Amino acid sequence: MSVRELELDLDAFEGPFDLLLTLVLREEVPLAEVDVAGIVVAFIERLAEREELDLDACGEFLVLVASLLELKARSLFGGEDGELDELGPEEAAEELARRLEEYRRIKEAALWLAERLAGERDRFFRLGPAPLAPPAERRLAPQDPALLAASLRALAAEPPQVSLKHLELRFPPVTQFLERFRALLKRRSRFDFESEVEGLTRIEQAVAFLALLDLCRSGEISIDQPRPFAPIRVAREETARSEESEVPWTARSA
Amino acid sequence: MDRPLRLVAANPLDALARTLEALLVVASQPLSVDDLAEAAADDAERVEMALSLLGERYHEGRSGIVLEEVAGGWAFRASRDAAEACGRLFERPVERGLSQAALETLAVVAYLGPCSRPEVARWRGVAVDSVVAGLVERGLIAEAGRESGIGGAVRYRTTPLFERVFGLESLAALPRLEELGGEDGEIRERLEALAERRPA
Repeated sequence: MSVRELELDLDAFEGPFDLLLTLVLREEVPLAEVDVAGIVVAFIERLAEREELDLDACGEFLVLVASLLELKARSLFGGEDGELDELGPEEAAEELARRLEEYRRIKEAALWLAERLAGERDRFFRLGPAPLAPPAERRLAPQDPALLAASLRALAAEPPQVSLKHLELRFPPVTQFLERFRALLKRRSRFDFESEVEGLTRIEQAVAFLALLDLCRSGEISIDQPRPFAPIRVAREETARSEESEVPWTARSA
Repeated sequence: MDRPLRLVAANPLDALARTLEALLVVASQPLSVDDLAEAAADDAERVEMALSLLGERYHEGRSGIVLEEVAGGWAFRASRDAAEACGRLFERPVERGLSQAALETLAVVAYLGPCSRPEVARWRGVAVDSVVAGLVERGLIAEAGRESGIGGAVRYRTTPLFERVFGLESLAALPRLEELGGEDGEIRERLEALAERRPA
C-alpha cells in the first residue's frame, strides 16, 4: 500500500495525502487548519483493512506525519521558539499539548458559535444607535423679575450715535502748497519748513511735506536736515534757478 | 366607554407595564431592569414583575412581537414565525459571511477577553489583524483599553451587539470552554475500536 496515495476526507482538505503535503509545503493549505489526528485515523483504518502489517508503509507514514506535526507545531507557535527552547523536551511537549488542547477548545467554541448563529438566523430585531440622553438640567438661581426687566431695558435702549467726524479727513490739494512754496522761493532763497507750516493741521503739514518732496524731485530745491527731527531747511537750487531770468533779485529779498 | 386595553384586569402593575412597553418600543438596544426602573421612576422589583406580565403577552406564538431577555437587558424582537417575511424586507448584515477565522477570533475574545491581537494570534497560531478589524467594523467586538505598560497593545472585548446577534442573555450564557468538544474522546474511541478489531 502506498502512503502517498492515502485518500483523505478532512474539513480543510479532500484528496490524496501526497497532494496535501505538496499543498502544505507550497503554503496553499494552512497547516493550522489541517486535522492531523484525522489523517492518522484514516491511515490506521486503511491499515486495519489489510491482512498483514506493511512495515515500510508504517515507517514512511510515521516520518511524514511526524514532520507534518512538527511543521504544524512550528506554524502554531512560530514566534515563540525561544520560549519553548528553554524548556526541557518533556516540558516542551507538555506545553505544546496544552496549547494544542486550548486551540482545539477555541475551535470547538467557534463551532458552537457558528451553530448558534445558524439557529438564531430567524431572530429579527431592531438595531440602531443608542438613544440620546436627555440634556442635563441646568438650575438657575432664583431671579428678581424687576431686576431682569431692568437689565432687559438697559439692553433694549437705543445706543448713542457714534461720531464719524474723525473719518471725514480733508486733504488739501498738493498744488496749493506747491504754489505757495514756489511763491515763497521767489522772495527768499531759503526757509525753514517748520516755521512755514506752523499752525497748520497735521494733515495740512503732511500734504505740505509732499509738496516739498515734489519740488525736490523736480530739482527746484534742495533739502537739508542736520540730524533726525532737526528743523528741515529748504534752499532754492541755485543752478537750476540761475537759468531763469526772474530769480536773481529774489536772492537777497529775504 | 373608551377604556384602555388591560393586560390583566385591574392589575396594580398595569400602568407600569404599559410604560415599560412604551420604553421598549422606543429603545433600539436592550434595556436593563435598572434602565427601565430609572426611566419609569419605579422600583426594580416592580419592574421585574411588570416585565413578566409583558412576557406573557409578548410570547412566541401569541404575538408578532416577542419580549426577550438578551445582552444584559430586555428588548422586543420579531417573532420567529415572521422571520421569512422580515427576511424579505431586511437582512441581518452583521453576521453575513463570518469566516471560520472570524468565528475563532470571536470565540477567543468572547471567552478570554478583553485580549489584544497578539494574544488572539497566540491562540489561533496565525496573524489576526484583518480579522479583528473586520469584527470591529461589524460591531461585534470593540476596543477595551490597552495592555499595561507604555505602548501596550489595544485590547478587545465583545459588544452587547455580539450577545444580541447570538441570542445570549450575557457572556455567562456561553457554554463552558472545558465542556466543549468531545472530539478527543471520539478519536480515542475510533482508535480503540480499531485496536480491538485487530488481532493482538
